[in-house]
Amino acid sequence: MRGAALLFLAATLPPAAQGQSIAIIGGTLYPVSGPKIENGTILLRDGKIAAVGADIAIPDGATRVDAAGQWVTPGLIHLRTTLGLKLLESGGQVETEEDLREGEIKASFSVAQGLDPASMTIPVARLEGITSAAAVPSVGLIPGQAALIDLAGTSVDEMLIKAPAAMLADLSQGGKAAGGGSRAGAVLRLERVLRDAREYAERKDDFRRNRIQPLAATAEDLEALQPVLRAELPLFVIANRRSDIESALRIAREFKLRIGIYGGVEAWQVAAPLAAAKVPVILEPLTDLPTFDALGARLDNATLLREAGVSVVAAQSDAAHFRDLRQAAGNEVRNGMSWDDALRTVTLAPAEAALVSDRYGSLEIGKVANVVVWSGDPLELSSRVERLFIRGQQVPLVSRQTELLRRYRRLPPAY
Amino acid sequence: MSYHRWSTALAPVLATLGACAVSQGAPVTDSLSAVRPQYPSTYHRPTYPPVLIRNATILTAAGKELTNGSILFANGRIVSVGRDTTPPPGARVVDGTGKFVTPGLIDTHSHIGVYAAPGTPSLSDGNERTDPVTAQVWAEHSFWPQDPNIPLAIAGGITVIQALPGSANLIGGRSATLRLIPARTVQEMKYPGAPHGLKMACGENPKRVHEQKGPATRMANVAGYRAAFAEAEKYRREWDAYLKEPGDEVPERDLKLETLADVLRGKILVQNHCYRADEMAQMMDLGREFGFRVRSFHHAVEAYKIADLLARDSVASSVWFDWWGFKMESLDGIPENAALLQQAGARAIIHSDSPDGIQRLNQDAARAMYAGRHAGIEVTRDQAIRWITANPAWALGIDSTTGTLEQGKVADVVVWSGDPFSVYSKAERVYNAGWLVFDRSDPKRQYRTDFNLGTSEPGVGR
Repeated sequence: MRGAALLFLAATLPPAAQGQSIAIIGGTLYPVSGPKIENGTILLRDGKIAAVGADIAIPDGATRVDAAGQWVTPGLIHLRTTLGLKLLESGGQVETEEDLREGEIKASFSVAQGLDPASMTIPVARLEGITSAAAVPSVGLIPGQAALIDLAGTSVDEMLIKAPAAMLADLSQGGKAAGGGSRAGAVLRLERVLRDAREYAERKDDFRRNRIQPLAATAEDLEALQPVLRAELPLFVIANRRSDIESALRIAREFKLRIGIYGGVEAWQVAAPLAAAKVPVILEPLTDLPTFDALGARLDNATLLREAGVSVVAAQSDAAHFRDLRQAAGNEVRNGMSWDDALRTVTLAPAEAALVSDRYGSLEIGKVANVVVWSGDPLELSSRVERLFIRGQQVPLVSRQTELLRRYRRLPPAY
Repeated sequence: MSYHRWSTALAPVLATLGACAVSQGAPVTDSLSAVRPQYPSTYHRPTYPPVLIRNATILTAAGKELTNGSILFANGRIVSVGRDTTPPPGARVVDGTGKFVTPGLIDTHSHIGVYAAPGTPSLSDGNERTDPVTAQVWAEHSFWPQDPNIPLAIAGGITVIQALPGSANLIGGRSATLRLIPARTVQEMKYPGAPHGLKMACGENPKRVHEQKGPATRMANVAGYRAAFAEAEKYRREWDAYLKEPGDEVPERDLKLETLADVLRGKILVQNHCYRADEMAQMMDLGREFGFRVRSFHHAVEAYKIADLLARDSVASSVWFDWWGFKMESLDGIPENAALLQQAGARAIIHSDSPDGIQRLNQDAARAMYAGRHAGIEVTRDQAIRWITANPAWALGIDSTTGTLEQGKVADVVVWSGDPFSVYSKAERVYNAGWLVFDRSDPKRQYRTDFNLGTSEPGVGR
């Protein structure tokens, strides 16, 4: 599909014809949920994975895709992006932005409504095998709700996997402002919001009749926090310093929340409690520069957490580097993690953290057919995506960048 | 600018200004400040035994790739590269089986030391944004040798960096070419004999930062460069005339114009932050107007659009593998940039501009190489290793002494655990001028800055 003349950047996914199947044949399958399958076949039908294995009967009329010598994995899932939300964010020159910077408590704010399916960032991420992503709000003590999307479609509704997929909170350096400039203040305020959300739910009548003291947030925001209090919606807490992570763990215990840690630069120092509480850590594997937010940064953070039994999710949250997700996972291996575990950090582990592992994250029957065929080891720099399927549909491997390459590969360009 | 008059005659050493022969500390009451040592290098190579690395794959960055090769270096210089040889007495012998050896990596674009970790506002020393033209400032006067980014970059195989002022200004000041070694002062790190660079910036940054007082447009950017160099032309003429025939009237010393005049004299190399193809073409014309040549464009995300012009003018391009989309002028970045430059015969360099990226310059070069190959552009491993060794050495004007593994060159050498173009490989040993400055297997050879003491454990997490 490379070099296709078709400018098909916002991939439309026409509903698959009923019963139409695609069989990817002969590759080495890495299902993540189980051991690799040499010379395997994977059958995609109606947007789902219909069969995976070494001896699969290929139905008549199925489109056959030869993957001999190639590696087949689930599509990569990136849990910390602004894909579809932002472009050109540097030096205060944000040209498109949909992540709401006003205010501190914005639990009711969902980025989903502002997503741009035509964003030129999306095809670029796709070219590196990323098929699903969380679009995440970023500023405030409670920045709002993240949306989980598949990276194909022309409308938000078409792309959405889940919204909200998670609520965000910030107990790192970034949340201090909400606490009057102090970390302790931020913790206090977050606890108060959660307490008030609980009280609001219990006393809605009183609230409507104004027979309740003023609460710490608006009714919409307190309402939006109810699924968090019921532990149905994960609360991803941005926390890097050990003590901030410990605060998050304590709040989670107190309010019986389901949390994940976003950032987690010093999480290796709290690995055992994180493992015991089954809290996933969504981290940047390449972070090792000391800051006063977290002096204990080290490159083997992910490895140490994994060894302690923590579920690790790899991310690359700098907007200019979303596409480097697999390089980040490759570096996890460089820094001591097993290859299988590293692949997990960009497939099944993020699906689990976002509570969609029943549908995403591995090559298993019944799961959504997000599948990538690679020229070789997906974590290695020499490999590239050969074919990419989202919801069972092959997506052309083109972007604005491939168009620019086509124009300028011979100079002067032929216009 | 304060005004000084000098009544004494001038020593003829001005011709070697910058690499000054005047001995340190000697009384120089008779000369002008302009000809005295200008913050000279006090670099001193620590003594270290000769080293023989045997049976490794050696990427020389000089056209040859040796399998089962050996390299011997002693007294800071490469003695031989090629077949196995007898180790001299006292030599350290390193078994290179399965390992790769490359020249030390060189980053043409670093703000390490001038934007030091831990990144407090008080360490923001890279942009003198008080005026659009600040040719008088020198990055080395901001550089903090205790920046904890330094040992992290060393662990990535970096031996030399160009520390640059930021890009807020049209003309941001002088850069410094530094050896990446433990040091108490920046002078100890200064690469002996390396010319200064002049940081210039095109496009969005200067016009945004200086919008209130101007420049506020790209056309005013160009007017700003032209005005500065027009003034420098006059200054240079006055000084050159005076130096030829010293009279009673000593010309006024102006630090800003002194720097720009040295660009016109060819003693300072222009390092030009410039993203867009059309603006790079303007800057090449600016050079023609005033008689200098940009040595390297930096960032140059659109260099591939004018690769032929860059090749024609022998201007290098220091590029990222794939940064794009973070501002308008970076919108058209593509991963094949370096490979397309290579294809056109232009000089490609992979730079970092980042304390993160500098730790993995080999990985960015790898991705740029493979992006090219995937697009059908032939790039050899030797060419790609030059993107982070020999070519940056040329851009910094130090290619006669480092950047390749050849007999007689300074022994800046990295031993890798495997192919440096693999994500899984690590720099295991880094020799800076023959001195083992990093050894992954020995925590005692993993230098920590003062800042690291008491805040991190030795030997972890690199």
